[in-house]
Amino acid sequence: MSAAQGRLNDFVVKIATVNGTGSASANSLLLKAFFRMGIPVVGKNYFPSNIQGMPTWYEIRVTRDGYAARSGEVDIMVAMNAETYAQDIREIAPGGYLIYDSTWPRQQTLSRPDITVIGIPLAQMANDAFADARVRILMKNMAYVGALAALIDIDMNVIRALIEQMFAGKPKLIPANMQAIELGYNYAREHVACPLPLRVEAMDKTRGHIMIDGNTAAALGCVYAGATVGAWYPITPSTSLMDAFKSFCARMRTDKETGEKRYLIVQAEDELSSAGVVLGAGWAGARAFTTTSGPGISLMGELVGLAYYAEVPMVLFDIQRVGPSTGMPTRTQQSDIQICAYASHGDTRHVCLYPADPRECFDMAVAAFDLAERLQTPVFVVSDLDVGMNDWMVPDLTWDDSCRPDRGKVLSNADLEKITSFHRYLDVDGDGIPYRTLPGCHPKGVYFNRGAGHNKWGGRTELSDEYQDVMERLLVKWATAATLVPKPEVIAARSGAPWGILAVGSCDGACKEALHRLAEQGIHIDYMRVRAFPFSAEVEKFLADHERVFVVEQNRDAQMRGMLVNETSVEKAKLTSILHYNGMPMDHRQIVRTIEDAVAEEAAA
Amino acid sequence: MSYIRKPNITYKGRAKNALGLSESSYEGTMSTLCAGCGHDSITAAMTRAFFELSIPPNRAVKISGIGCSSKTTAYFLSQSHGNNTVHGRMPSIATGAAAANGELHYVGVSGDGDTLSIGLGQFAHVIRRNLNMLYVIENNGVYGLTKGQFSASAAFGAKTKKGEVNPNPPIDPVKMGLALGASFIARSFSGDKNHLVPLIKAGLRHKGFALIDVISPCVTFNDHEDSAMSYKYAFAHMHTAADLIENKPEITADFPEGAVVPVTMHDGSDIYLKKTDPDYDPTDRARAFEYVMRHQEKGEIVTGLLYIDESRKDMHAANQTVAAPLNTFPYEQLCPGSAALADVQKRFR
Repeated sequence: MSAAQGRLNDFVVKIATVNGTGSASANSLLLKAFFRMGIPVVGKNYFPSNIQGMPTWYEIRVTRDGYAARSGEVDIMVAMNAETYAQDIREIAPGGYLIYDSTWPRQQTLSRPDITVIGIPLAQMANDAFADARVRILMKNMAYVGALAALIDIDMNVIRALIEQMFAGKPKLIPANMQAIELGYNYAREHVACPLPLRVEAMDKTRGHIMIDGNTAAALGCVYAGATVGAWYPITPSTSLMDAFKSFCARMRTDKETGEKRYLIVQAEDELSSAGVVLGAGWAGARAFTTTSGPGISLMGELVGLAYYAEVPMVLFDIQRVGPSTGMPTRTQQSDIQICAYASHGDTRHVCLYPADPRECFDMAVAAFDLAERLQTPVFVVSDLDVGMNDWMVPDLTWDDSCRPDRGKVLSNADLEKITSFHRYLDVDGDGIPYRTLPGCHPKGVYFNRGAGHNKWGGRTELSDEYQDVMERLLVKWATAATLVPKPEVIAARSGAPWGILAVGSCDGACKEALHRLAEQGIHIDYMRVRAFPFSAEVEKFLADHERVFVVEQNRDAQMRGMLVNETSVEKAKLTSILHYNGMPMDHRQIVRTIEDAVAEEAAA
Repeated sequence: MSYIRKPNITYKGRAKNALGLSESSYEGTMSTLCAGCGHDSITAAMTRAFFELSIPPNRAVKISGIGCSSKTTAYFLSQSHGNNTVHGRMPSIATGAAAANGELHYVGVSGDGDTLSIGLGQFAHVIRRNLNMLYVIENNGVYGLTKGQFSASAAFGAKTKKGEVNPNPPIDPVKMGLALGASFIARSFSGDKNHLVPLIKAGLRHKGFALIDVISPCVTFNDHEDSAMSYKYAFAHMHTAADLIENKPEITADFPEGAVVPVTMHDGSDIYLKKTDPDYDPTDRARAFEYVMRHQEKGEIVTGLLYIDESRKDMHAANQTVAAPLNTFPYEQLCPGSAALADVQKRFR
């Protein structure tokens, strides 16, 4: 009993369903219910690249300690999909629970002695209560919400309030949904000793927080940054970013009387074209962005190179998915780290920002436009499916109304009047960033933009020294970029810790949980999360200050480690990779195990 | 070479336009193309058209892809912003620039390889968007910069200078434009400036996508006996369907009497179509298609303004974009502010 006591507000519920059966709203209802009870939650959606009929799972971790990653274990499995039943039952941790639809007989051969099986006739109850076939399927989902509410003690008032809010636009649907929830609730109460030892209880740890996915947050960031042109080609898992931008703009950037839009979204014919639109708009002075994923980045390469060399601002959101090639479009990975950093032929390097959660997606979206215009170069926001499409609990997004965008070195007509002559690629200020003008400006500011060799005056050249002069100056700009990009996040375990973990993006939650669990064992390790490329001086220092650094990332080829070796003076042997790339969001276990082993090895040596 | 400065000579008594500028204000740097290249004639026609329309040079924007034709944007309007981009992607970059600022005159220059091979997709989709721009194809049926390979517009069975035979049929940008619903489609010949200049002017005035396919012989690689894109062939097989005449009396007076049809453009100006072929109607898409095909079968290149539809909305109109350019739109009207952000987050709790 004491072990179960210890699991109050600390366990994982996973729901296995078939996609296209409307389980998403039931699952998000559950997630929100915990959140409203003040309990920190982590929600992960494992969905197929399919519209209807394939297995899909939703995993909710309630975590009183406020961990941000998945735990890697399942304590309660709601098995609604016969096709994955065997797999689902295997996944339950010893001492856990299986909830299944007892309308049909269960495969007894798949029993496990170390779990508790709870049968609830969900389909039967829904069929008896509702006439319409489609409604029956939907209500079966609501019935498992009700059953769970009874089993783990979710506050029914919270559920009722959420249902009323969910169907505020269609109040007629409220009674049926509540009825279905109560069917499941009452059945569980009558047939099972409720609540189970694994249960929830109200806390006060979600105040001042929201549940939001990274793509929605990034879209808000684009609105607040003043982006006016969006160009894209639909691709999972980035689509919801432009969709969200569109719906925010429809509400916030459309004149209510005239219908005039203060934005323009081009759904282009492919990613080559969407990159071209962003480049053209950036050149002409609009804040423009595209949303894509790995395959799109591959296609955009040539235009990114043009923007780098001709020095045109662009913002590109790469919501990474599993590669190579088509890979697994609905699974997460960080395998575009290097293609974003070095996209295109020739010597090119690009500014990259690596958000770790939706709040950072918002902040970094804003920062990306400032950096792109300040540095006149492409900026990638390298997010991933886990951050982009899952709901995360993050502190409220905030906005400072005195904030104004940094439009960079753009000469106005008044500026042009004052100067004798304008030269596009001259490093006037010594920071490697030249001045630019926008098409349509004062005649003095006219210049010819080109991807062909050019000299510092802006003229075409095939002269070696003139070409090289511009390439060298771009390195000065790169050094300036390293001082402007977001600084890494650093957590010092205690002074003089010899080992460090260096992570990027969505590895953050798993790493922080691992640090905590290792500290409980007396293993103290420093932490740095790289938030941008080029690496700032702090990254170099962290690497220098530690004897050994574990580099945690989500790809096979240790792409971030490769960049650290390439771009800093770190000795290669210092860096030990911890690689997770199976497509599922990362959890702490692999990190803890690797470091425990390393500690043991060192003790033995 | 383009870094050799073109002498800046102003002739006394040279004509000035409504802005008080002479034609030299619309010229560019020295061409680096081969002597006699058809593209240079198009460059001259472009210069003339912008001059005659009195467009302030700094309010024009030139965009091109890659190839001999695309290089020509440096050879006219040196007082305009230009953007020589990457191969086949000029339409998307023009789309972005026009999205940011719809108030400028966009002129895209492309070639048959840039438009019909590597850029065919972008060409098709910029037509669909009805982007407000003039799009000129300098069409010579051959890859010049890489020394004489067939392009997608080379005639079926045409021979290269070395005697190689083209095994594939050509893609005709005019028929593509008609099929895709382009709102302004014309064809002309680089060697006929009097024909080309009025078309360029009409294309610049058209509010929407104006396509002009200009047959422009390559003197080095495709001006020989077996080519259907040579000066000799073009002069012998040109067939004017509907000509454009200027609405200036001193010019119209040069033309013989005939059926003259005025077409009112979005900017309120009229263009006049002189029908040389009695049954030609440039507002009937199906018949235009049939007409072009029928003459093609006879080996004739139909020229003139072949199709026009002034009723189609351009990209901004279809989007209902606000009138002021997006690139300089006041930030205060773009950022919804902290209160709206707090409000939006209610649904995330």
